[in-house]
Amino acid sequence: MIAFFIRRVTQAIFVMLVISLIGFAIKQNVGDPIREITGISVSAEERESLRDELGLNDPFMIQWLRFVKNAAQGDLGNSFYFKKPATDVIMAKAPATLELVFATSFLVILLSIPIGIYAAVKPRAWLSRFFMGASIIGVSIPVFLTSILLIYVFSVWLGWLPSFGRGDLVEIFPGWKSGFFTVDGLKHLILPSIALTSIMLPLFIRLIRAEMKESLETEYVKFAQAKGLKASRILFVHAFKNTLLPVITVGGVQLGTLIAFTILTEMVFQWQGMGSMFIESVQRADTSLMVAYLVFVGLIFVVVNTIVDLIYGLVNPMVRVAGRT
Amino acid sequence: MGAIKTFKDSFFFYSFLRDPLAICSFLVLATLVVISFGAPIIAPFDPYDQTIIDIMDAEIAPIWDDEGDKRFLLGTDPQGRDMLSTMMYGMRVSILIGLGAVALQSLIGIIVGLVAGYRGGKTEAFLMRLADVQLSFSTYMVAIFIGALFQGLFGMGVYENYAVPLLIMIIGFAEWPQYARTVRASVMAEKKKEYVEAARVVGLKPTRIMWRHILPNTMTPVLVISTVQVANAIMSEAALSFIGLGMPVSQPSLGSLIKSGFDYIFSGSWWITLFPGIALVVLILSINLLGDWVRDFLNPKLYKE
Repeated sequence: MIAFFIRRVTQAIFVMLVISLIGFAIKQNVGDPIREITGISVSAEERESLRDELGLNDPFMIQWLRFVKNAAQGDLGNSFYFKKPATDVIMAKAPATLELVFATSFLVILLSIPIGIYAAVKPRAWLSRFFMGASIIGVSIPVFLTSILLIYVFSVWLGWLPSFGRGDLVEIFPGWKSGFFTVDGLKHLILPSIALTSIMLPLFIRLIRAEMKESLETEYVKFAQAKGLKASRILFVHAFKNTLLPVITVGGVQLGTLIAFTILTEMVFQWQGMGSMFIESVQRADTSLMVAYLVFVGLIFVVVNTIVDLIYGLVNPMVRVAGRT
Repeated sequence: MGAIKTFKDSFFFYSFLRDPLAICSFLVLATLVVISFGAPIIAPFDPYDQTIIDIMDAEIAPIWDDEGDKRFLLGTDPQGRDMLSTMMYGMRVSILIGLGAVALQSLIGIIVGLVAGYRGGKTEAFLMRLADVQLSFSTYMVAIFIGALFQGLFGMGVYENYAVPLLIMIIGFAEWPQYARTVRASVMAEKKKEYVEAARVVGLKPTRIMWRHILPNTMTPVLVISTVQVANAIMSEAALSFIGLGMPVSQPSLGSLIKSGFDYIFSGSWWITLFPGIALVVLILSINLLGDWVRDFLNPKLYKE
């Protein structure tokens, strides 16, 4: 187990180093920090001495090592536009994105499990056919289109729900302004989270259905049926439990898709989160902030997937043994 | 004629005719492709021709609306271009980028998959790890990052001028791991078979064995994922265009049309968003449904999701 653990963590660190290398290469090649700092009146010699002072004339690898060292201490450089440390900017925007992701995950878990199980148990019922049909339509509609349609119907046409922003916020603890605790904040959350759910839900319904179908075919489920156990017990305790592992693994991988879709959703709803911040930084050519976002998202992603893999390894001994060889 | 007759008698064609959904989606897709590639002939206006565009015609409602204009069946966009013609041309751009991106990603993916599967060892470990890591970041994410990077490197103007080849490259680079994995999996299975051994005994070069002997036998799974990949590529293109990293307004794809419509949705001009949106969804849906059918037919047990 320890060997598997070390292997997995080493791999995670290696991936993070690669991400930082890519991020740093982008930073090096796009934009010139000296030009950002100095005015026109600064002479070429002064610029050169400033370059030396800031270490911009050092070899690439040394500068990269410095970048990694600073990044490990939470310093990802300054945003050109905000004139603040990029980490601070990201931290100020992170709660908005995380709340959107929480609300969406909640909806997806709440809906996908019963629908997926139902569609696996009764594949021929009209309701499961309806769900499967709806899910193929769901994956075919881009998330920004769903968002625009929701805005048009519920905000422009019916005028029931707000169309942009996060509404009233309360600071639950320093640095975390939450919209979960005000009616207005919750109202603002409805449309974006529905839009995001509409694209993530079909993936999970299909996954749970496929896994569930597979485990319903297994010997132990047939044995449980032969013993005369209650159908609900067989479904949830025997069959469903065993579908959870692959579902969690794929769920970890789908985090990347979810983050990409939050960028689009946040853009449509002008949700002040990391996604819209990223798009703005692209438009403003704020390379520093872009790279910081890349490294930050990469970090979240690698950490979550490493934890998922470790849990998988803990629960499933087969992986552990394979990891040792 | 012989080939047509064999095709007509084949099981493939037989089971296609037995599936109304497959026929339907095929017909829809064929119509859309014909309309978009025949756009220069069929379309009532040429949206790229600056001389016939009048800004006074901007944002006219569809013909059945009270404020509609007889000349423009589906209304006009903010530039004063006829929606219908612009959509036809836009769909052509979307399909072209989709096909181009799939061609590029299958080329990269097949080469990587073949080499990795045939050589094995360290090369395989490295290439497949690379594919896994990239795939785990999700293709959209990677595409958005490469797009942002390209825009930073080349600058906005150059990016817009070469938008089509750049988008093909971005989406191609972002999505190759799918192919690499699929090809590698079937190469691993084929490699153990006797004909490969025979070819090796005869003394053929590895490249020849890979390309002429193994590759043709791995084409079925490649075909299966290709259909769905075209839909994915079109979707990625639309997403990139929507966030402003795609086709410019002067040469719109369906995604950038939707984007330009989104800016006007609050003033009530729903048609600029809705019609390209419907076209995009119908296009992707018909490809996806057809892809599902092809997958069920060939059923190589590739997909577990």
